[in-house]
Amino acid sequence: MGLLGKTIGVAPIGCSVVAHQFMNVDMCEAAHGRAPAVASGIRRVHPERVVFTYQGDGDLASIGMGEIVHAAARGEKFTTFFINNGIYGMTGGQMAPTTLIGQRSTTSVDGRTREQAGMPLKICELLATLDGPDYIERVSLDSPAHIRAAKKAVRKAFEYQLAGKGFTFVELLSTCPTNWGLTPPEAMKRMREEVAAYYPLGVYKDTGKEAE
Amino acid sequence: MAKRFKVIFDRERCKGCELCRSFCPKQIIAMDTQVNAKGYCPAMITDQESCIGCQSCATVCPDCAIEIYQLEEGEA
Ligand SMILES: Cc1ncc(C[n+]2csc(CCOP(=O)(O)OP(=O)(O)O)c2C)c(N)n1
Ligand code: SF4
Ligand code: SF4
Ligand SMILES: [Mg+2]
Repeated sequence: MGLLGKTIGVAPIGCSVVAHQFMNVDMCEAAHGRAPAVASGIRRVHPERVVFTYQGDGDLASIGMGEIVHAAARGEKFTTFFINNGIYGMTGGQMAPTTLIGQRSTTSVDGRTREQAGMPLKICELLATLDGPDYIERVSLDSPAHIRAAKKAVRKAFEYQLAGKGFTFVELLSTCPTNWGLTPPEAMKRMREEVAAYYPLGVYKDTGKEAE
Repeated sequence: MAKRFKVIFDRERCKGCELCRSFCPKQIIAMDTQVNAKGYCPAMITDQESCIGCQSCATVCPDCAIEIYQLEEGEA
């Protein structure tokens, strides 16, 4: 899309804390969960830039829940890529708000229960209740075909941002073989069969489409 | 003539996750028994001529360790 030179990303705390070393784009580091606040500021000061945040599920859905909800509600003109692997990966596999019922983690050793931890949060569905977002889609990185579909969603979010629309959000279901205790191919299978069953893929909001 | 492809793995970049192997529709990717400098068994191609150039392996590789080229006639 030729946007590399005019794009600024905001990295989270989590396994992607060094995202600026993986991606060849200018990035800024935010405190845990605060990437949406930092991105709001950057985009307001530099309206000509393309701005995105890249956040894990611990970062976005626990400590940073307030920031993401209010940024979305305000319709801030940046894009969030939400990497949902159902676990706190970086810190060694603790339960996240997105950990599935029955899933084992170091803080739910016999599996998460509804009684103790409630039901896993569905962030796309939650944000789609707000008026601020213009585009919300959940994709999964579980197979070559779905990875290609995810690429399209990423492109669409950036296209909306370039068109001057408000908040755009792409959730990407991802694996964490290390903390799930599975091989990478087994983790892909679990994601296709178990994770996507609770987190249905699809478009949750698209004001461009609604307007047509 | 059917299109032919060459699949190149970057041995030192590969972390031996086996995702490419598990998604290859032709099942022509295997893991080497010789480790790379990091100590992983990298992926390799076992039957180049059977590759259909679908790019499933390169798409799924988390470390961008795979390149696929279409071969000219007679090229190896
Ligand atoms: C203020 C603060 N609280 C807690 C931590 C510890 N911590 C580091 S990463 C992390 C969670 C990361 O989980 P997630 O966002 O899902 O990222 P992942 O590693 O799974 O990609 C936590 C709690 C911290 N660094 N800063
Ligand atoms: S391009 Fe397709 S057929 Fe060829 S090695 Fe990769 S996955 Fe297998
Ligand atoms: S997917 Fe990439 S990193 Fe994983 S085994 Fe294949 S070449 Fe190596
Ligand atoms: Mg996580």
